[in-house]
Amino acid sequence: MRESHIMNIHYITALAALVLVGIHIMFRLIMPYAESLQYENVIANYQNLPYSIVLELILVTVAIHGFNGLRIILIEWRQGEHWEKGVTWTCIAAAIAIIAYGTRTILIASMAGAA
Amino acid sequence: MKTIKLRVFRYIPGTDVRPRYDTFEVPAERWTTVLDALLHAKAYNDHSIAIRYSCRMSSCGSCGMMINGVPKLACDTKVSELNNDTITCEPMANFPVIRDLATDFTRFFQHHKDMKPYLVNEDVETGVDAETREFLQKPKQVEEFLQFSYCIKCGLCYSACPTVATDKKFPGPQALAQMYRYLADSRDQASDERLKIVDDRHGVWRCHFAGSCSKVCPKGVDPALGIQLLRGYMMGFSKKEKSIAKLYKPEK
Amino acid sequence: MVQKENREGVKGWLNPTRYGLSRISYWLQRLTGVGLLAYFIAHVIETSSLAEGKLAWEAMLDLTQTPGGHLILIIVIGMSAFHAANGVRLYITEGGKGIGRPGRPDYPYRPVSLSPRVRACIWVSIALAAVAMMYGATVLFGE
Repeated sequence: MRESHIMNIHYITALAALVLVGIHIMFRLIMPYAESLQYENVIANYQNLPYSIVLELILVTVAIHGFNGLRIILIEWRQGEHWEKGVTWTCIAAAIAIIAYGTRTILIASMAGAA
Repeated sequence: MKTIKLRVFRYIPGTDVRPRYDTFEVPAERWTTVLDALLHAKAYNDHSIAIRYSCRMSSCGSCGMMINGVPKLACDTKVSELNNDTITCEPMANFPVIRDLATDFTRFFQHHKDMKPYLVNEDVETGVDAETREFLQKPKQVEEFLQFSYCIKCGLCYSACPTVATDKKFPGPQALAQMYRYLADSRDQASDERLKIVDDRHGVWRCHFAGSCSKVCPKGVDPALGIQLLRGYMMGFSKKEKSIAKLYKPEK
Repeated sequence: MVQKENREGVKGWLNPTRYGLSRISYWLQRLTGVGLLAYFIAHVIETSSLAEGKLAWEAMLDLTQTPGGHLILIIVIGMSAFHAANGVRLYITEGGKGIGRPGRPDYPYRPVSLSPRVRACIWVSIALAAVAMMYGATVLFGE
């Protein structure tokens, strides 16, 4: 993949994350903060389909943007074919892992009431 | 007249085990430059100080060094403007040291060569019978690249850049600004080729607009501007198509 | 004989004060980026306690809803606000917009890419982060 394509993804995920995280933070402010952290209220959020989709998108965009940023810092720090390949694949794997783990939480929480 | 302390980095790779700093007491007037101070120390204290200099008027770019931790031209830096009675002179960062304050520019020049620093134009006739004389370029078209052509290759920007500090493959602000210089020149036809060269894992994308290069440039080249304008082409913020300058053919 | 490299290395990243505000904003953008990535991973792990039921969730809240936890969250709010605002500025300026046009430089050679307008945008990002942190503090510690 050309670096310009990777950077376009980096910019797009940045702008998307900005909007989505903004929505996520606004949701914490629709009721008093402490109340919004109560188990029942949090589960109710996850069972709201549009909001779950927002959370999933945040997971994907922030993971891609964050781990690509880390990849950039690491390949600027050290160079070499093995190092760069290793860093790239490790960052991809870490991003997939965190997305998978977060998706598991979203799926279980959104089905919690139904169960 | 006052006296200042001049701390000079001394190191001969291959001979000295580790670098050391020699301190010299040097007289300084209001107009004394760091280069004057170094040459005074070299003339009266230690003839063996290795230092590069030539024009003494920030035109040649030879005397670049770290002065109190910041890359500057020694001839362009007055002792009085440093507001410090102790001046530390070290070789420019990110350049291998040849000896004392003299550094090796091989990699720096190679990065510059990698940018194809010449006009590429297939329409130029060569040969004694060539009828075309010159390119027709408006003053506005010249201003698009003129400031970047003022680069004296002193290396201060390369020394200041945080990416160059760790990334050996990064071309550096000077080379990338020169790439923009040729890209913006209406006489050049190789835009696509040029953009492909810098679209690399260690190319233009590793610049993060820290702006240190423009901060230290002594000639107003503003390499950071050139690099962001170059990137603008690749991000789609600027149009890649440009009208190529016509060649003037005098009427017979 | 030539000494190898003489690169500043990571040491060159650590002191951002030598080259003005733009370099400081580069340093902060990196720092906040790495900090936010670390927080993101921790946040995904902490919210995963939802999947273990109400007791696990409340145990996690006991751990994180403390003065120390609130302080960390306020720092995260500041980091997010700065990284976002400065990121938007960088997206626009790294595309060559808003940083001036080339011209005929003249003494004292002030670079247009480091103009007062560009510096003002960096200060706006810092100010937004400060305001966000103060608001966050009133929400978190106000209850």
